[in-house]
Amino acid sequence: MNPPSTTALLDTPLLNYCIALGDDSLTLGHRLSEWCRNGPFLEEDLALTNVSLDFIGRARLFYSYAAKLEGKGRDEDDIAYLRDCREYRNFLINELPNGDFAVTMARQLIVDVYDMGFFSALTQSQDPTLAAIAAKAIKESRYHLRRSEEWIKRLGDGTEESHERAQNAFDQLWGYVPEMFEMSDVELQLVEAGMAVDRSALKANWESTMQLILKQATLDVPNENWAIGGGRDGIHTEHLGYLLAEMQFLQRTYPGQQW
Amino acid sequence: MVSLDQQTDLTRLFDLLSSVVDPEIPVLSLQDLGVLRDISVTDDVIEVTITPTYAGCPAMNTMQADIENKLAEAGYQQVTVRQSLSPAWTTDWMSENGREKLRRYGIAPPATSACGQQKSTIECPQCGSAEVKRISEFGSTACKALYQCKDCLEPFDYFKCI
Repeated sequence: MNPPSTTALLDTPLLNYCIALGDDSLTLGHRLSEWCRNGPFLEEDLALTNVSLDFIGRARLFYSYAAKLEGKGRDEDDIAYLRDCREYRNFLINELPNGDFAVTMARQLIVDVYDMGFFSALTQSQDPTLAAIAAKAIKESRYHLRRSEEWIKRLGDGTEESHERAQNAFDQLWGYVPEMFEMSDVELQLVEAGMAVDRSALKANWESTMQLILKQATLDVPNENWAIGGGRDGIHTEHLGYLLAEMQFLQRTYPGQQW
Repeated sequence: MVSLDQQTDLTRLFDLLSSVVDPEIPVLSLQDLGVLRDISVTDDVIEVTITPTYAGCPAMNTMQADIENKLAEAGYQQVTVRQSLSPAWTTDWMSENGREKLRRYGIAPPATSACGQQKSTIECPQCGSAEVKRISEFGSTACKALYQCKDCLEPFDYFKCI
């Protein structure tokens, strides 16, 4: 095995796009994996880690494709384990700590509804690999959404405490949502080239779906006017550093280690 | 090193690989599962195409190694296993034979096709009752959900339709 290149990843729009999509999947996949053996009961423990695996699998596909695009001998592991915070391009919502079960499921619903819109649009990409990954991901997201939607309805329309915790969860996550629908100029170029998805166009649908589900869950659409972003530019919350420190520990300490 | 007479060998290769099974559901061959998509031979190099069930399925690496080992045992040295994503795997590719094997093994086969058409009802693989309830959307592996029979009370795995 050749030592991984230590130079920064090539700065090309499509490559960055794949990395960002991989980063979204990996950070959330890692967060979900933290529930392993901490789930509220056995079946839920299995469910959370199964969903985690789907997201990590997605990240592998995006990173492998990015590595191929770059063509410098780097592989998916190098991309996952040898980049620091500022090189990660995920939406902030994916890196936030799990919180309680309500926060985890509220985030999951937000992401699952988003993913349904995003990946169904990405199946139309002119880039055959992105379209193929999207076709795979959409099937899994459909399944994820069924579960997160059921949970939110059960928590919202459950006990006084579960209702309150679910409402708090959405309130505290809501300001991380706008970032998911803001486009950069570079990404718009990829949209024009038929490769990428115009995320701003997904917002209306996302909002109406969320409104419907929250209403059925007897929850209010949060009345939050703050918004925080920066993930796609590599500006993160402090939480990502801790996440990477744990996730990358082994490869950073024993470079190239395999098992 | 075995030399390759293309036509006869393709049949032989498919036969050989029919004994390679899903490591997590060892009654299903990769063909039954629809994971083995193609075998081609070019200039004495065998290319086997497989497709992942789920993007993060941890069994894929084992499947790949099992294919390589099986062919190596039979004397085929030059083998590449390629993973193809498109078209995306669906439980519709599972053979009738595969569905029956699953049932006998104690796993209820997928009840609908990927486009939502009902193929059958979910029946308890132990007693055949259709009175079943879902315990969890997810089970012991990515491809299964957990159910329980209301008649004989046995919990069982259901192979998710995707």
